[in-house]
Amino acid sequence: MSRIDTPAMSRMQTLARNPAVIALTLALALAGCANKKNLPNSAGELGLGGAGSATPGSSQDFTVNVGDRIFFDTDSTSVRADAQQTLDRQAQWLARYPNYAITVEGHADERGTREYNLALGARRAAATKEYLASRGVPANRMKTISYGKERPVAVCDDISCWSQNRRAVTVLGGAGM
Amino acid sequence: MIRRSLIGIMMAIAGMAMTFSAPAQAAVEININKGNVQPLPIAITDFQSNNEMGAQIAQVVAADLQRSGLFAPVNKAAFIEKITDPNKAPRFQDWTAINAQALVVGRVTREADGRLRAEFRLWDTYAGQQMTGQQFFTQPDNWRRLAHIIADAIYERITGEKGYFDTRVVFVSESGPKTARQRQLAIMDQDGFNVRMLTNTKDLVLTPRFSPSRQEVTYMSFEGNQPRVYLLQLETGQREVVGNFPGMTFSPRFSPDGQKVIMSLQQEGNANIYTMDLRSRTTTRLTSTAAIDTAPSYAPDGGRIAFESDRGGRQQIYVMNADGSGQNRISFGDGSYSTPVWSPRGDLIAFTKQSGGKFSIGVMKPDGSGERILTSGFHNEGPTWAPNGRVLMFFRQGAGAGGPQLYSIDLTGYNEQMVKTPSYASDPAWSPLLE
Repeated sequence: MSRIDTPAMSRMQTLARNPAVIALTLALALAGCANKKNLPNSAGELGLGGAGSATPGSSQDFTVNVGDRIFFDTDSTSVRADAQQTLDRQAQWLARYPNYAITVEGHADERGTREYNLALGARRAAATKEYLASRGVPANRMKTISYGKERPVAVCDDISCWSQNRRAVTVLGGAGM
Repeated sequence: MIRRSLIGIMMAIAGMAMTFSAPAQAAVEININKGNVQPLPIAITDFQSNNEMGAQIAQVVAADLQRSGLFAPVNKAAFIEKITDPNKAPRFQDWTAINAQALVVGRVTREADGRLRAEFRLWDTYAGQQMTGQQFFTQPDNWRRLAHIIADAIYERITGEKGYFDTRVVFVSESGPKTARQRQLAIMDQDGFNVRMLTNTKDLVLTPRFSPSRQEVTYMSFEGNQPRVYLLQLETGQREVVGNFPGMTFSPRFSPDGQKVIMSLQQEGNANIYTMDLRSRTTTRLTSTAAIDTAPSYAPDGGRIAFESDRGGRQQIYVMNADGSGQNRISFGDGSYSTPVWSPRGDLIAFTKQSGGKFSIGVMKPDGSGERILTSGFHNEGPTWAPNGRVLMFFRQGAGAGGPQLYSIDLTGYNEQMVKTPSYASDPAWSPLLE
């Protein structure tokens, strides 16, 4: 039987209090994201070369140039002002490329219980879908799914990660399509 | 794969007890209502056998009793008398001399038909009297179960309460990094042995719960990216979706008679509680608020249901009648309360509490009074009751990139133990006593 190496875990906790290590951990977390289909908000953050590097109308274009995700405050499902700007861009892009259907994936951070977070993720996805609908995206092009706290993108034990995990991600096609 | 002979164990009480009849009152007893009890010193001798199984059975019995926190098995090296015939009265002074207040002797033999036969006697060493003597038969590959049944018999005779060792735990086995965690349903004996996977890693699975009456589990799966509540027959592996709901169903649990599944249905931003009758397939809506109502759990008599809701702002625990009437908030402490689970004894509701950046496991009475926190830390979640209502299991997640582990704790809060699993583990659900 394997056991969890608790000494290593507590070492990580200690290291994580060092700001340099936190920065490194974040960089690694972001690098980890970059390997997946879901990229962080803007190309500039990653130095990917910005607009023009992705084919217009491609999913890469959507992810990199529009921004595929928005973030929420703790236990909140209201769409923040900065998130509204991202969703406005998403709505414009989806109007320009009407062949895409989308799935909005709602997520919660790990600082809650499993059942509640499933419902909270669903609420965030619903709020996001509702906002996109108010900006003209037809409801029949949109689906939602909640992953609760089960699919974090950033892993650490402080708010710098939790705030990245409280999110709604707009996926072209996506789950259930 | 998971088939186990549930009827393969036959029990014959009293047959052995004729020679040394037990007194009506026993000198050796543990009152487990007293709180932090002093563990009872008990000598558990290797069962007589012509192979290693006699020692193995004694070892499992001793481990069960020790982990309960109520017994302190005496080191074998201190034993004076060597038991040669478990049917003869022991030399009691040899056992009182090493302060063993109780003594277990036994024998395991192979029957002509290939079955194992195990017999044991429990002695009160100071009174010089037998407390109980029983024998059991089973298939040889079932020997650990036999040991758990013997441990239950000893626990019950000395504490006056039903045991919980001949039980299993269904849980979610987790592996891989946190950002790509793979989860499988798994089942094991309550002591962490005989782990078997029930599903593969393809689909995200969560919150398995045992049927109180059948070899059946209800759980949530994201199969086909359609998050839904399922039923799984443990003996056949047969699976089915519970109901045909227009949205995500989650947080399932059986009714005490095993005839209904109660769960949440998500529609847009709201979660409400429904039941589905497994025979008639009819569904009934029990809550109807613009809030998140989830984690329902029946009282053992089926008359009331505890659940969590954020209808008042933060998550709190509510109790309602089984028909959905009379919904009343019962948790009023500092912080938020979730995952209520009604004790099989009916006297307490266990919960997860979030307060001051910590996650705790606690219990309160069904009217909300008498709150006690049993354990607290970075993240403790999801209590489940042992069938005797004396011990809880839950999962604990440390800070950082690691994964969750299972722990058990008794109602006193003093006896906390990690339950070893082959990999990370969460969402434990304790079975009823096996039959």
